[in-house]
Amino acid sequence: MTFVKTKLELEKLIAGDTLEVLLCEGEPLSNVPKTAIEQGFTVVENVHVKDNVHKLVIQKREGSPA
Amino acid sequence: MADTKKMSLICMSGEFDKAIAAFTLASGAAAVNYEVNIFFTFWGLNIIKQKTGRRFLGKGFLDRAFNFMMGGRKTLPLSRLNFGGLSPKLMTGLMKSRKVATLNELFDASLALGVNLYACEMAMHVLGLKKGDFIPEIRDVLGVATFLELSHGGETLFI
Repeated sequence: MTFVKTKLELEKLIAGDTLEVLLCEGEPLSNVPKTAIEQGFTVVENVHVKDNVHKLVIQKREGSPA
Repeated sequence: MADTKKMSLICMSGEFDKAIAAFTLASGAAAVNYEVNIFFTFWGLNIIKQKTGRRFLGKGFLDRAFNFMMGGRKTLPLSRLNFGGLSPKLMTGLMKSRKVATLNELFDASLALGVNLYACEMAMHVLGLKKGDFIPEIRDVLGVATFLELSHGGETLFI
């Protein structure tokens, strides 16, 4: 479900915009960056924030899916 | 077999927990670019009724009484331990407090991600329902043969 919510937000961006996503470790952290890259987005940042939470910054590129 | 990623669900159950399973799969697959088709039949048709509560739908007395008792998306029972409809409300509260997507969120996400929804013509006929009784996002009313054509070349699951 984390990627579902992420995808819905990514669809609202225009090329060059970035989206910040807070993720828990485990399935979301392993799945969301991988799937975003597979779908043509760029993962600009992936940092540990606190406890089991990570911050992911995803950028929409020219030609990324709408 | 075609290399298109495709998943088709036959949603016969009109139970709260099984509807969550169907829309979790549907939205998750659509988010990773699968073509997703859901074919609602019999009790599953309750999930896609335009009126989400209990309404008298259909023409005859039996149709109207039956559709009132079955209700819509807001009145789906839990498959076990329903406690007169209390459990789905408790479970939705739990899901919200634990930041898990609720049935309505999964449903809306599925629509936003382009999941294709279809209603079963035969079950509609049996239950006295017409296309206008369903949400406008229903793509079409189908029979088995057309659904088989749609689902050909992908995964098909029965819920």
